[in-house]
Amino acid sequence: MAEILRHAWLIARKDLRLEFRSRTALASAFVFTALVLVIFEHGRDPTAVPTIDLAPSILWVTFSFAAMLGLNRAFQAELENQALDGLLLAPISRTSLFWGKFGANLVFVALVQVVGVLLFILFFNVPVWRVWLPFLLVCALATVGFIAVGTLFSAMVVRTRFAELMLPVLLLPFLLPPLIAAVAITVKLFAGRPLSESGGWLRLLAGYDLAFVSLTTLLFPATVTE
Amino acid sequence: MLWARELSHAFGAIRALDGISFTLDRGQTLVIFGPNGAGKTTLLRVLAGLVRPWRGSAGVEGGRRAIGWIGHQSQLYGHLSVRENLRFWGTLYDVPAGDLERREGELLARLGLEARAGQQVRTLSRGETQRAAIARALVHDPAVLLLDEPFTGLDRLAAEELGRLLGELAARGRATVLVTHDVKEGTELASDVAFMRSGRFVAFGPRGGRDAATLTAAYREAVAGG
Repeated sequence: MAEILRHAWLIARKDLRLEFRSRTALASAFVFTALVLVIFEHGRDPTAVPTIDLAPSILWVTFSFAAMLGLNRAFQAELENQALDGLLLAPISRTSLFWGKFGANLVFVALVQVVGVLLFILFFNVPVWRVWLPFLLVCALATVGFIAVGTLFSAMVVRTRFAELMLPVLLLPFLLPPLIAAVAITVKLFAGRPLSESGGWLRLLAGYDLAFVSLTTLLFPATVTE
Repeated sequence: MLWARELSHAFGAIRALDGISFTLDRGQTLVIFGPNGAGKTTLLRVLAGLVRPWRGSAGVEGGRRAIGWIGHQSQLYGHLSVRENLRFWGTLYDVPAGDLERREGELLARLGLEARAGQQVRTLSRGETQRAAIARALVHDPAVLLLDEPFTGLDRLAAEELGRLLGELAARGRATVLVTHDVKEGTELASDVAFMRSGRFVAFGPRGGRDAATLTAAYREAVAGG
């Protein structure tokens, strides 16, 4: 297990270094996040729907689509010079490769979420800091399972002709349960309700994470074998 | 050190490998000549374990760890420097840190890349990238080399240096399978020669004392016949 984690760390570190140097996906995700929030900020009518009711949906839809930009990039870097062949040939477990990619994707999405939340506070004036700890927990729970599924699908579609189109099509149905749960919990949190009122949704998120992290870890080796 | 038994593989209706069998011992260099589409690359990918054959089996003593692979692409990350690439791949192969530093230094000097060590791979010329790819393939001191057109992009001096390096590796007991469509290039390195056409070895055996001109004539006859 230590060996798997060590190799996964090497792969995640390499992916993050590549991303911080090229900044292609990060820049796209930041610009996308800012644009969506600006559009919603100027396009909504605050007298029709209160900000506090609308804001969680906007926030989570923004997070989800920005994350897809990162997921699309996850295996593209490996195709650039067929480095994927080298990774598959290296004496490492396929699980290391999956967890390395998964880890790098989580860091990528966490960065996008941090920037997104700051912009969200700026544009929507929602007092997120009052509930930052439970909100952080919801972000983590809602992101982990969805990113695991996204990492698997990213590996599956990377060698197809329309990878960037295929990923959202495959991923969106799997995104719905955590997205709905995250929005439902965030609505309550922003309305000042305690986290304990969202026990059912939290269990759903935890169950989703457990199920899909396990399932994707098991399925990944089959997706990269030619 | 390396064996293939009755390997067969197809891509749809196209038969890429058709009952190929051979063994290779320490210090042997098998050079496989064949025209485009003969199945040379597929054979190497099957030997490396990157493609599962439809029939037959192949294996390398020491498993994946023992293989050094040069494919059509460099398998290097463009936004990492040459040294960072070597360090990443070496660490992935569990080369101890001290040995890795020594190997990096030796290979960079040998392949004339010392001045380029800190430079990102995407800024290198075609020939320099190919030399970096060779260094990457050798960084873990593999016992078996699988080389797909390794002379591509190299100038005359670099090609000669690579030839000398491969000769030294063979003298140290490394087994090599080298694939090329250029008979002149591969002749001097070969202890054994195979001519490949339509997924088959149409001729296979020790090179003996045959020079490039004799082999070229034999190759033309073997590949054109039938």
